[in-house]
Amino acid sequence: MRNPLVRPYPKDWFLRTRAYRLFMLRELTSVCIAGYLVYLIWWLYKFNQVGAEGYEELLSFVRHPVSIGMHTIALIAAVWHSITWFNLTPSVMPMRIGEDKVPDVVISIATGFGPWLVLTGFILWATLG
Amino acid sequence: MPQETITLEVFRYRPEEDKQSTFQNYDVPYHEHWVVLDAINWIKDNVDGTLSYRWSCRMGVCGSCGMMINGEPKLTCAVFLKDYFPKVIRVEPLVNFPVERDLVIDMDGFMEKLKSVKPWIIRDDTDQMDQEYLQTPSQLAAYKDFSMCINCMLCYSACPVLDGDPEFIGPAALALAHRYNLDSRDKGNEQRQDIMGAEEGVWGCAFVGECTEVCPKNVNPAGAIQQAKIASTKAWYRSVLLPWGKR
Ligand code: SF4
Ligand code: FES
Repeated sequence: MRNPLVRPYPKDWFLRTRAYRLFMLRELTSVCIAGYLVYLIWWLYKFNQVGAEGYEELLSFVRHPVSIGMHTIALIAAVWHSITWFNLTPSVMPMRIGEDKVPDVVISIATGFGPWLVLTGFILWATLG
Repeated sequence: MPQETITLEVFRYRPEEDKQSTFQNYDVPYHEHWVVLDAINWIKDNVDGTLSYRWSCRMGVCGSCGMMINGEPKLTCAVFLKDYFPKVIRVEPLVNFPVERDLVIDMDGFMEKLKSVKPWIIRDDTDQMDQEYLQTPSQLAAYKDFSMCINCMLCYSACPVLDGDPEFIGPAALALAHRYNLDSRDKGNEQRQDIMGAEEGVWGCAFVGECTEVCPKNVNPAGAIQQAKIASTKAWYRSVLLPWGKR
């Protein structure tokens, strides 16, 4: 006699293994990044309203410790998301030369870490240099 | 010295009489070189002949001995008692599948999913089937890893997406579809596109990646699915941008 039993999936699955936990962490970083974007849009909107005269006041808002704290969290989240994502690229975009696989690190650096560092360097140079 | 033992806490379900599953403990002689499957076989031979489970090759090839070992999907012929001793080992049937009896799951749904992606070489020149279809070593290398799957279904138990969406075609079947799409002898790409590109196809995947972690054959189904997402996107653009010409 067939009478298959359907069992519930463990509700705490995302805590069960290291890989699940890391996955959830990466997903959650998106919330921080979305939050930062909302903040950025709000800031641009304000800036548009107050214009050049109100700029100093807006800056003092940005320099507030709470704001700096939030920025730091958003930055860490963005960096974490980027690193884990670039590490996954070889799996998403494997490359071969003939029969040989291009090593994973080469793909990660060429498609992710390399351009990332160059762009970050350029932005730092253009804004601070 | 008396024989050391290890306890196996084994999932039981008898469809004729049980409404719910139970766990039954068995004390099994502990041998360093025993795998969990050896212990289960010992129970079947010496203590309880009613215990039902699947196995065959005992060497990680047939893919039939997959079970949850302390909550993780494993081939029971490939996990050693010594990695858990002296703790209790909890043995359950693979999750994300209905349970037929004890440790035996119902894999009909999986078989249907496998079939739905047409995992065979599709040609339009079937009238010339007596000819050889040559392939270079690098053409073989393009899909070889994805062809190593033994249909053990561990990846289905590792996939949380299947819990929310049981219709999701799932890791092994999608990886296999991708394997045939990558095969230089195959011409079935377009025929597979409808099912691959659907919501329950590659787009159902959230890239949790645990399927790749648990796979005993290094198939990397998660990678296959992401690659298939790229291929499916390209195919969609081609069909929109080139509606009249060759797609
Ligand atoms: S992809 Fe790996 S885990 Fe999934 S069925 Fe095939 S061999 Fe098993
Ligand atoms: S018994 Fe064949 S894979 Fe384990």
